[in-house]
Amino acid sequence: MANYSTSEFKSGLKVMLDGDPCAIIENEFVKPGKGQAFSRVRLRNLKTGRVWERTFKSGESIEGADVVDTELEFLYADGEFWHFMEPTTFEQFACDATAMGDTAQWLKGQEKCIVTLWNNAPLSVTAPNHVVLAVTETDPGIRGDTATGGVKPATLETGAVVKVPLFVEIGDLLKVDTRTNEYISRVKE
Amino acid sequence: MVDDWRPRATQETLRARAVLLAAIRAFFAERGLLEVETPQLSTAATSDPVLASLATRWPGPDGPPRFLHTSPELPMKRLLAAGSGDIWQLARVFRDGERGRLHHPEFTLLEWYRVGWDQRRLMAEVAELVTTLLDGHALQPLETLSYREAFVAHAGLDPFTAGPDAWRAAAARHAIEGVGFDALDLDGWRDLLLTHAVEPELGQGRLTFVHDYPASQAALARVRDGDPPLAERFELYWQGIELANGFHELLDATEQRRRIDADLEHRRALGLPEVPVDVRFLAALEAGMPACAGVALGVDRLLMLKLGLDSVDEVLAFPVERA
Repeated sequence: MANYSTSEFKSGLKVMLDGDPCAIIENEFVKPGKGQAFSRVRLRNLKTGRVWERTFKSGESIEGADVVDTELEFLYADGEFWHFMEPTTFEQFACDATAMGDTAQWLKGQEKCIVTLWNNAPLSVTAPNHVVLAVTETDPGIRGDTATGGVKPATLETGAVVKVPLFVEIGDLLKVDTRTNEYISRVKE
Repeated sequence: MVDDWRPRATQETLRARAVLLAAIRAFFAERGLLEVETPQLSTAATSDPVLASLATRWPGPDGPPRFLHTSPELPMKRLLAAGSGDIWQLARVFRDGERGRLHHPEFTLLEWYRVGWDQRRLMAEVAELVTTLLDGHALQPLETLSYREAFVAHAGLDPFTAGPDAWRAAAARHAIEGVGFDALDLDGWRDLLLTHAVEPELGQGRLTFVHDYPASQAALARVRDGDPPLAERFELYWQGIELANGFHELLDATEQRRRIDADLEHRRALGLPEVPVDVRFLAALEAGMPACAGVALGVDRLLMLKLGLDSVDEVLAFPVERA
């Protein structure tokens, strides 16, 4: 990979730091009028999600990280790995639990996910923003209660648990926002 | 479709800018300083290793290089040597390689010189001007710290006696982690702690002056003998941001030549381009410049802070990316 000097730093740039791939979140140029310039950088470690703050002496350079986002289709899970496929080349990728993080709880098959690849190996998986899943377990619904604003937990067919309104019943199909874990609406078949 | 043709600054900010410039003119007119204009294009570039001049050519693309000034200091000193008396200028200046929330490659410097004054007296006038321009901002009484006092108070070490381990420990105490620190020299370490630990604490709720800098950071200030010798240089801070830099000006042409040669040597060591020196400025010093103090103030930053904005871009009609 190419090296990037501090003057090329910008948010979104993927670089290697302490052996891990990172994305620059923010780069602040700092310089006394009559003094040494620095770049004060906030980076997200793409393996751990942790945010690091580092100061670079101006003119220093850092190795780029071969990190790309690709849209892949989820095929199946075999208990150890989650298997994805590139829909045009049919190339397959196996993601482990670390790469899946919390995303696995939203997937049942055929979803299009953003898989972040580092050196062509899966680093992280992002679920579609919205998924539609059936309720497999929840307390009995209170028919017609659309006004009180009460909520109860409901388990979905993939194992995810979300807070839902009291009128929701087992077998209902729910649209859920995977970024916030929030119920959006009931949907018809 | 070009969709960034509109100004970055709001109409309200542009009006505030005009009001600020008018107030600056009124301040100097009332005090009888002479407004001057000096060239933006020069045959010489700055020799300061921490600054970079932008360059063009004149006449035409095959002519010799001409450099955009990084400050109007040297030609203003030629005017002083020629007997101008007190002078001031609002100058658009240019610095390559500087871009950020507080940095723009061209910006407005207010620079003025007082004949027969020292740094103390000029600091008082800077405070008067800024207080006048910040009309409406409640400021606590002025704070004045020596460079040493500022570091002792806010970085927990003496910047004149600390060794490499003490600098590293101070950086660790302030949770400053970095890349390239092994290559820092003493002034590099000072600047690291200055920008990360000291500056954010300066000028909070009041104006803070820092004065008496290390001799190695004298730039064009005179150095007072002592242990350690101290540069008669000052900086003004408000809300953690550097607004002005002033000197009790160096008059000694031989010492000035020595400092420029040291700058050129330093530039070579850093692999920076060779630059032509302003020989007419040196000739003016040799002819004799009256004792004076001078200061340069960043107008864009002052306006930004006055209006409570976050970046200098917000006080510019058209920042460089859409210029």
